[in-house]
Amino acid sequence: MRVHTFDNARDAANALLDDSSARILGGGTLMMRAVNEGTATFNTLVRTKDPALQRLRTDTSRVELGAAVTMAQILATPDLNYLHPVAATVGGPAIRQMATIGGNLFAPSPYGDFAVALLALDARVQVYSSFGTRELALTALFGTPPSAPPRLVGAVTFSRPRSEQALHYHKVTRVTPKGASVLSLAACFTVRGERLSGVRLAAGALAAGPIRLARMERALEGQRLEAAAVASALPQMLDDIAPPTDAIASTRYRRAIAPVYLRRLLLGELTPWA
Amino acid sequence: MGLTLEFQLNGDHTAVLADEAATLQTVLRVELGLTSPKRGCLQGTCGACTVLVDDAPCLSCLMLAQNVAGRSVQTLEGLKEGAQLNPLQHAFMAHFAAQCGFCTPGMLMAASALLRQTPNPTRQQVVDAIAGNICRCTGYEPIIKAVLAAASASGNT
Amino acid sequence: MEFRKDLFADERDDNLNEIGKPTQRQDMVGHVTGTSRFFDDRHPAGLLHLKVLRSPHHHARIRAIDTRSAARAPGVKRVILGNDVPVNLNTLLSLINFGKDDEPTLAVDKVRYQGEPVAAVVAESEAQAYAALKLIAVDYEPLPAVFDVEQALAPSAPLVNDIYPGNTFEYHDRYNHQRLRFGDVAAGFAQADHVLEQRYQMSPIEHAPTETNGCIAEPEQDGRIAVYTSTQALFFSLDTSAKILDVPSNKLHFIGGTVGGGFGGKVDTITEPLAILGVMLTGRPVRYALNRTEEMQMSSPRGAERIIIKDGLMNDGRIIARQVTHYFDAGAYTRLSSYAVVKCAAHMPGPYTIPNVSMDGYCVYTNRTPSSAMRGFGVTGADFALEVQMDKLARLVNMDPLEFRILNAYRDGDMKAHRQVAKNCALIECAQAAAELAHWPLSPPFKAMSSRSGGGAVTASASSAATPPTAAPVVNTPEFSTPVTHNPAANQRRLSSFLGGEEH
Repeated sequence: MRVHTFDNARDAANALLDDSSARILGGGTLMMRAVNEGTATFNTLVRTKDPALQRLRTDTSRVELGAAVTMAQILATPDLNYLHPVAATVGGPAIRQMATIGGNLFAPSPYGDFAVALLALDARVQVYSSFGTRELALTALFGTPPSAPPRLVGAVTFSRPRSEQALHYHKVTRVTPKGASVLSLAACFTVRGERLSGVRLAAGALAAGPIRLARMERALEGQRLEAAAVASALPQMLDDIAPPTDAIASTRYRRAIAPVYLRRLLLGELTPWA
Repeated sequence: MGLTLEFQLNGDHTAVLADEAATLQTVLRVELGLTSPKRGCLQGTCGACTVLVDDAPCLSCLMLAQNVAGRSVQTLEGLKEGAQLNPLQHAFMAHFAAQCGFCTPGMLMAASALLRQTPNPTRQQVVDAIAGNICRCTGYEPIIKAVLAAASASGNT
Repeated sequence: MEFRKDLFADERDDNLNEIGKPTQRQDMVGHVTGTSRFFDDRHPAGLLHLKVLRSPHHHARIRAIDTRSAARAPGVKRVILGNDVPVNLNTLLSLINFGKDDEPTLAVDKVRYQGEPVAAVVAESEAQAYAALKLIAVDYEPLPAVFDVEQALAPSAPLVNDIYPGNTFEYHDRYNHQRLRFGDVAAGFAQADHVLEQRYQMSPIEHAPTETNGCIAEPEQDGRIAVYTSTQALFFSLDTSAKILDVPSNKLHFIGGTVGGGFGGKVDTITEPLAILGVMLTGRPVRYALNRTEEMQMSSPRGAERIIIKDGLMNDGRIIARQVTHYFDAGAYTRLSSYAVVKCAAHMPGPYTIPNVSMDGYCVYTNRTPSSAMRGFGVTGADFALEVQMDKLARLVNMDPLEFRILNAYRDGDMKAHRQVAKNCALIECAQAAAELAHWPLSPPFKAMSSRSGGGAVTASASSAATPPTAAPVVNTPEFSTPVTHNPAANQRRLSSFLGGEEH
């Protein structure tokens, strides 16, 4: 296994383009497992020390989190309190010291819970490519076909939630306080004149990767936030999801509990993380 | 491909020749003879390899050794206070917080990191601090009691 | 800690020097300073790494194995196949002449479970060993597999283990199960007020010790091979390795001691034979340890058990007949499962005096991961089933579940199903003490009961004929036909002393 380190992210991005058996190394929580077990499908790890990837800006209306920012750093930033319940449920303390925003974006189901929250926040990503940097919606990044050339994520950005648009998040695990997801859910919305507005719902471990629940969002938009309206919209969720069977839970189980947890999340029936 | 790695190890400046892709755990155990970080899973799920890097708990089995260049690393071998055991070690002994002993180094380092940050933790804080460390023998309760006891023995300053 | 010294006070000397006083573990300082030495806490010069290629199929014939590319791969010192193993068929308990050799160290013509070792690579680094495994080509012909114990016993089932054509272990070369017979269960069921038959099923349980199975074998200066190992069974592993490698046992020097969690999962001598063979073939130290995936999936679990219990129950709460059919899923090879069934048969029908008992216990082969020992081996699964059954029976006759157990508990003087007279019984006193601590109300007659009174309700006598064993598939065990009678007077005394004529 080779390791190449670059001071600047653009050079790291080019190294990924030049060598199809190279992968970017974030915190190593998933890549190094494959190296240790001899299951790695790559020969080279690419690292970068570019300070741009460490940037953490919360003072502007558009929050910027560099790809190398860790879950521990999120938890240490009071301005990001709405993301604390999300970061706090990624692994245990040592994992959080190492796990990065960027790595979490590409963590396969049932991991990748932070990406779920970012989807609900309608985040955009800055990527490095051979042409320089550009910005795209996180949903577009996830929609990129596997055959496309690799792009290095530099940062994620999203509009700072206004107080009435708090991020609602819940992760269901078999082992608490840490564990891989049976499922995770994130919701952003405002209530205007008793009606739901700007509904964004995202889910983890209910498909191959993190997804938006588009049909469910359309069904809830403009509805009252109360039990009857939520109940009548819930069947739409089942058309949005394609849960995997893995060591944590079965497709059948995930399909059975997902609407229950989404209902509870929307109606505020879940105990918030303390 | 080898590189020279320099860092602070248990308070001493250390230089070692290591493969560029070697994990911190391999360098500690094989090059430096510090066998306290244990190989439990090599997946980041058991926590038996936990060491402190700049006072924060990290999984040495998943960290590239070169990530600690210029930083400070502490292993269980560095927890003693001279020839004396530290309060955490005493408390683990007193509360029978180890049976087979394999998870113990990781538990002690996780607990040590907690008490450095939070000298007077609540029970829930102790539980959260060792959430990344699996123990198959004790059922965790003696460990939690030991950490709480060590916290009060050290006094809350 | 509270000592109930009032109980059985006349039976023992109460000068306790150690019990009840905290005593520190001799390895505790080592544990808290990180200096306790586990097998892996050493790195001899020139250490090589052994990794094993495992079958992806549950059941398959091996047509060919091509190791040429692997042998030439970077860092590879040796590729090992079944033909390189001096004695490539063994069973753990052959050391005490129990069972036939049935398990290869490396499979040669067939694989019988997913994960079965087929080849081993010894290389300079773990990464090189893993890479070389991918270069070994095995031509498999998949075969039908069976995963269920009762399906494995059906005549049409695939043959799992060629040594045992009936898919069951053979006891004394003749019997396909262990059995226990006492009294006449058919008569008991006919007499009973209620008959309850229930099936119980448990899954295999993995020990998941934090330290995986492994060892480091090294040449020693005196010509021996030293083996630093995680085994729980040091001498057992030494002798098994000596047999498999066909060397005198004094050629091996086993060093164990600190086991990073065993729980029965480190008794199968999995890694030592191949590591030692690696030393013999390369002249260098060799490390072979299971990775976490191998430990979870391929190392032996506690075997799954299927237990069918049929009980005959009287309205007054006495169990008068118990018939148990017990299937142990040994997986593809025997290991210790043959012994589990013997232990289980010895444990039946639980700590209760039942005048008519029948048990059939099978050690069944399926194409699952071979199972082996785990805490309470042979007994824990049985107890789960027996005790759930006891709760159900209590409900059937509207009795408190604890009082129900006290009623049926064995007492000094009772004849147990194994033709041993019960003595030093204490279940009743334990139940009473537990009830007190848990604030579980016991009615006065049950608080007054004792293990030392009311016994002898069932005794052995030479006068009645034994009931012949029930039909095929297996041979009689004439040595267990001692007849049994019931002592109605003693039975009645026992009943009246605790029922006091009241309805329950």
